[in-house]
Amino acid sequence: MNETEAEECRALAKKIRLHALKMVFNGKSGHIGSMLSTADIYPVLYKRFLRVDPRNPKWAERDRFLLSKGHGGAALLACLAECGFFPLDWLDRYYCDDGKLSGHISHHIPGVEFSTGSLGHGLPVACGMAMAAKRDGARHRIIVMSSDGDLNEGSTWEAIMLAGQHHYDNLTMLVDYNRLQALGDSEDIINLEPLGPKLEMFGWKAIEADGHDPQAIEAALKRLPLEADKPSCIIFRTVKGKGVSFMENDYKWHYGGLVEELYLKAKEEVEAM
Amino acid sequence: MRKIFNKELLKIAAERKNIYMILADIGYGEIEPFANTFPDRFINCGVAEQEMTGVACGVAMEGNTAITYSIANFPTLRCLEQIRNDVCYHDADVKIVIIGGGVAYGELGMSHHSTEDIAIMRALPNMVVLVPSDGAETKAATRAMLDYKGPVYFRCGYKNEPDLHDGKDVADFRIGGSSQIRDGRDATVFFAGTIGVDAKKAVEDLEREQGISCRLVSLYSIKPIDREAIVRAARETGAIVVVEEHNLSGGVGSAVAEVLMDEGLSGVKFRRLGLPDVYVTKIGCQRWLCEEYGIGPTGIKAAIKGVLGK
Repeated sequence: MNETEAEECRALAKKIRLHALKMVFNGKSGHIGSMLSTADIYPVLYKRFLRVDPRNPKWAERDRFLLSKGHGGAALLACLAECGFFPLDWLDRYYCDDGKLSGHISHHIPGVEFSTGSLGHGLPVACGMAMAAKRDGARHRIIVMSSDGDLNEGSTWEAIMLAGQHHYDNLTMLVDYNRLQALGDSEDIINLEPLGPKLEMFGWKAIEADGHDPQAIEAALKRLPLEADKPSCIIFRTVKGKGVSFMENDYKWHYGGLVEELYLKAKEEVEAM
Repeated sequence: MRKIFNKELLKIAAERKNIYMILADIGYGEIEPFANTFPDRFINCGVAEQEMTGVACGVAMEGNTAITYSIANFPTLRCLEQIRNDVCYHDADVKIVIIGGGVAYGELGMSHHSTEDIAIMRALPNMVVLVPSDGAETKAATRAMLDYKGPVYFRCGYKNEPDLHDGKDVADFRIGGSSQIRDGRDATVFFAGTIGVDAKKAVEDLEREQGISCRLVSLYSIKPIDREAIVRAARETGAIVVVEEHNLSGGVGSAVAEVLMDEGLSGVKFRRLGLPDVYVTKIGCQRWLCEEYGIGPTGIKAAIKGVLGK
């Protein structure tokens, strides 16, 4: 990825952040910190990596992308709209009466592979998709976005064990690893460290990358599969609330809502990114 | 019944190449033929029912039929959210098969009893609930389940339960149907599942001993339910007793009562017989426990006489 291409990704990430802020403000919803945390990953995924077709969202050979941290769905929805999966004006009625977009992502929306919202659901389903793809000899990739909280769930670890056991090298878990969750620092609640070595002991290959640098994100994605006969994990080091100074690394923005003054301040900061 | 289910499944899976079996380390002595015949459509997920159900959903999302299979409440309650959010919300073609409904695993104790499953499964949108009562219904239900596209809950017996259909196939089996075992004029006894053997005995005893004539109907499809059979029973026999090996709350009796109220048939004589909102703590085999908890032949006879005022 050259600098011009990186700048294009950063420009889309900025749009995603601005959409997410507006959606959360208009809808009086929460989870903005989790959305901003992932905003730099989606442009690289959807513009440069995933084989998907906005005009044919159910294309059989598409890569499957499952957002297991469904609470951060507004950032993904903003990216999908910007990529043309559905009209941009759908974003205006996010979290609103008679709108099309709910606070947690739904498969009823074009481009959304799977509905989530309760954590711990993405990876087991992805394992089933990986198993079926192997049997069918299909070449598409199955990518799951997980998170600190998602990795608290027992069902996620059940699936981690299964994927390693069965060598699902068509399966990748991306971790939005911002080190915060709803009620505080992950290391004070359920310390996942050392996450990469843990996964490798379960039969995975894991690497870390900066989740806010488009070039680093793409370089990591280009290495997939990381090792033959193993599922891959890219642990993206991220900052919860990235781009808004008063939100960054503050767990209260897991749930926190935006009053107008703070919305305008946050918007101004993102515009200046 | 479980042997019949597995035999029929094996036959259908040979015809249809997209049927998968997804296990959580349960099925010893029964599932090996499937595992050996179709190894690329079989996976033992380990003792991990949430993951098993998620995997089944993922397999089904790719255009396949996935069967999860375990005993009693293991593949339902442990992974209920996966059934709700993953399977039912996505209307995925997943079949949840339990072996040993009710107190079939009596002596193993409460952890292995499935006595709230019908209420919980029928509360889920998109879910079909099938409760066959004998081998003939199991065979027919297996094919009907696999012919249907979408989530199905299948409550199967685990022993050589007595045949209620005189050795004949249930030719007209359909999702949403029922099977009349015998006709009668004084009352209708509805049941679901392997407790049918107790209901049949009670009905036969009453006719022989007291001349009370009961229609006996297997409600093998709890959702959708055979509304027409229920309405007809109310109108033609005027009295209904529902027998189930399940807690009274929300089960088969509740489902029948809902139909009667919806249809404006509140005047019908009616009684539900099930576990009285308790966990089964006494220790014994299935038939003994049913009798002990008032849903065996003695309790059923008393309920029929009670509803008829005799």
